[in-house]
Amino acid sequence: MRRRGPGRWALNAVLLVVAVLWLGPYLWMVLGSFKSLKDIMNAPMAPLPSSFQLEAYAEVFRSIPVGRYLLNTTVMALLIAGMQIALALPAGYALAKLRFVGRGGAFLAVMACLLIPAQVTFVPVFLMLAQVGLVNTMTALVLPFGASALGTFMVRQALLSVPDELIEAARLDGASELTIVYRILGPMLAPTLASLFLLSFVFHWNDYFWPLVMTTDETVRTMPLAVALLREQGTGVRWHIVMAGNVILSGPALLVFALAQKHLLRAVAARR
Amino acid sequence: MLRPRHRLHPYLFLAPTLAVLGLFFLFPLALAAYRSVFRWDLLTPPRYVGLAHYERLFASGEITRALGTTVSYAIVVVIGSMVLGLLLALAVNRTGRFVAFVRSCVFSAYVVSWVSVALLWMWMLDADAGLVGRACKAIGIGESGLLTSPETALYALAGVTVWKITGFSMVVFLAGLQDIPEELYEAASLDGAGPLSRFAHVTWPSLRPTTAFVGTTSLIVSFQAFDIVRVMTQGGPTHSTTVFVYAIYEHVFMNLRAGRASAMVVVFFGVLLLLTLIQLWAWRLGRKSG
Repeated sequence: MRRRGPGRWALNAVLLVVAVLWLGPYLWMVLGSFKSLKDIMNAPMAPLPSSFQLEAYAEVFRSIPVGRYLLNTTVMALLIAGMQIALALPAGYALAKLRFVGRGGAFLAVMACLLIPAQVTFVPVFLMLAQVGLVNTMTALVLPFGASALGTFMVRQALLSVPDELIEAARLDGASELTIVYRILGPMLAPTLASLFLLSFVFHWNDYFWPLVMTTDETVRTMPLAVALLREQGTGVRWHIVMAGNVILSGPALLVFALAQKHLLRAVAARR
Repeated sequence: MLRPRHRLHPYLFLAPTLAVLGLFFLFPLALAAYRSVFRWDLLTPPRYVGLAHYERLFASGEITRALGTTVSYAIVVVIGSMVLGLLLALAVNRTGRFVAFVRSCVFSAYVVSWVSVALLWMWMLDADAGLVGRACKAIGIGESGLLTSPETALYALAGVTVWKITGFSMVVFLAGLQDIPEELYEAASLDGAGPLSRFAHVTWPSLRPTTAFVGTTSLIVSFQAFDIVRVMTQGGPTHSTTVFVYAIYEHVFMNLRAGRASAMVVVFFGVLLLLTLIQLWAWRLGRKSG
């Protein structure tokens, strides 16, 4: 579309409105977090606070252990993404490169799991973990996602285009199978693994559903849960406090997005 | 394809992955089916009831209601995000800083958590304290709040969902557009085709596989909706936003009906399986004619 003249200007004007529609709410959120409750209730349409206040942030830190929750969330998401990569590499290697009885069946079993979302498994998994006393532990948050069907599939697909000769040569050089998987193929698959890491980390950092179902107290509670609870606390909705919590919650996600935007876009587009 | 160095190597490499997937994805499905024939409140021992839960779920109309709510929500989400995503992709399919900025703005909503988006829009839509809510009230829609009236709540949720996932469909459509060879457009221009007929005869047919992918992916995503409902409406007002997954959640965690919830899980899985079949069929159709 290489249009010139008034058509181009009209299109740009529409795109500007689009940008405001998507960026505006975040700006409104940030501005709201600096307002006082009086500002929000008395002048809800005024963009700027009557005076910039940090009271809402102070209240968030007073009412929830922010550091603890951020740490829980980060540790959980890192453990999940790390485990998924560590397990997907050997599994993908076996499925893509090794000849053995039952390969077709194993591949089918992995692919079948792509059809089963957490929204189906949460009831039986909760009942299962409750019986062995694992509800409310980091294990309940991490282990069920320790292996990723999508990740295994992505690694397998990427390995299909790696020539067998390369692996044979490494074997002749005396490299062990684990060395081949983690030290030779791992670095070769860096772009795929980076995609897997980003998709997985962002998804689990943001996840509300699984932590909500599997935890009841603050020792392992994650940030999305805590911020959602801010709204349910106390009398009336104190929007400035909820928005301050929301800034703390969405900030890191937006930061990751800003830093790895190109890669994320490619990862999403490649899933077609 | 290589011969493994040791007979057991492939099995050892696959064991951790298959153990986790088996224990937390495949086995739970069987466990749900097993639990669904018991009445169990998580406290007293389970009691065998046969297919009573299924009969109850269908006879009471609960399944139909949950399915109806989910379908209404899904229709708005799928159509909204696809049309918007395609239009945006067409509009930003060029180089330049400004369009790159617009792309980033729209896609960023996809990266932010559902909780953030839900809370943000709860405030925006609030009839007293919210920007959009106040504006709507001023022009006479949703006087009592878009989220607090049973007629509008589900569509407000769907609208917010469209806002969140349009970035995804835009990015996928954009990748699809960039795969279309430039020669096709040049040939069409030489034949004297205007922009509209170029879209109808080149762009739209070439995008068919992409459209099938975006449509079915957003359909499955909207059937799995939960976070936004839990945060924004808790299934209300008067159950108008009780989508399928939320109904299951209510049964286990509020009513302590593990058996009934398991039966709903089984039905829900059946529905998702059906959607996946539609997905495969649509992909095949898209490839064939694309």
